[in-house]
Amino acid sequence: MESALESVQTFHIQIISVVVSVLLIAGIVELIRRGKLREEYSLIWFAAALVFVYFSIWRHHMEVLAQRMGIAYAPALLILLTIFFGSVWLIHFSVVVSRLTDENKRLAQELAILGTRVRDLTPPPEE
Amino acid sequence: MTDRVLIIIPAHNEETALPGVIADVRAHQPDADIVVVDDASMDDTARTAERLGVGVLRLPLNLGIGGAVQTGFRFAREMNYDYALQVDGDGQHPAAAIGDLLERLRAGDADVAIGSRFLAGAGFQSTFLRRLGIGVFRVLSRVTTGRSVTDSTSGFRAYNAAAIHFLADTYPSDYPEVEAVISLSHNRFRIVEVPVEMRERQGGRSSITVGRSAYYMIKVMLASLISILKPTRRRSL
Repeated sequence: MESALESVQTFHIQIISVVVSVLLIAGIVELIRRGKLREEYSLIWFAAALVFVYFSIWRHHMEVLAQRMGIAYAPALLILLTIFFGSVWLIHFSVVVSRLTDENKRLAQELAILGTRVRDLTPPPEE
Repeated sequence: MTDRVLIIIPAHNEETALPGVIADVRAHQPDADIVVVDDASMDDTARTAERLGVGVLRLPLNLGIGGAVQTGFRFAREMNYDYALQVDGDGQHPAAAIGDLLERLRAGDADVAIGSRFLAGAGFQSTFLRRLGIGVFRVLSRVTTGRSVTDSTSGFRAYNAAAIHFLADTYPSDYPEVEAVISLSHNRFRIVEVPVEMRERQGGRSSITVGRSAYYMIKVMLASLISILKPTRRRSL
């Protein structure tokens, strides 16, 4: 059984977790509002923040879930999930960067071709 | 002769070698159009080319050899050229052999003609390490496509309109030569090799340094193996 002191500490940690999660959501909303983050890339951050809030409030659910999955030490589940979703997110970014690289290349090539054709139409003045 | 030929010269900091290369090409192919793709050079490559009166495609950022050559293919496609030839800006490719490559394509039994330094058995045969790498690629292309190309790293190539259309969309970015051969072969383009005597580079530096060789080998092998898994997308004209 938890002592009175321990349950007060747990409660404090819960409050801190919820506050941090809410700040995360607020920060993401602000980034979108200022046009620094596109909505399609913000979804996963909202999802992560909500999961964070959920397990902050109902923290024993994490233990129940870990037990069901046969994981003895509940925080290990948290680390496992973090690594898994982190990896998926990084792969997603690699795909995005690859696409941007390709689009960038196409633009540079089109610009080079257009530049030549424009110079043919209106040659720069002689030096 | 009514067909139109575009000579694509990719150049990155090649202002020293460029005038010789262009003069050489002009002497042997007076009817062909020449376009220099300036891959964001730091030196006077673009202006040197302009002074010589050839077309210049100025890339605003450095794309590497693959991206530069592909710019030439896209230009050739847009301008409806019948044949395109890649001649490197460093002077290794002998312009005297351009006619041999074009003849093979004009005969109509090939889409791509590659100048091979090994079929000739004479001239500059490259360094030992590079020949070793080329040997590995020869095995690789035989395994992946069932065909053997003796000099798959040669950039001295001629393409017909069908191949130009294909490569304008699909030409690989860096270290493109081997992967392009395998990809063309996989898409049932007819490839022939023509013996050519290569020279040593006349200026500039190779894009392949010793330090990058390992990366080069692994990247090319991976890209080549994956390229045969891609769906074929040969277009008809």
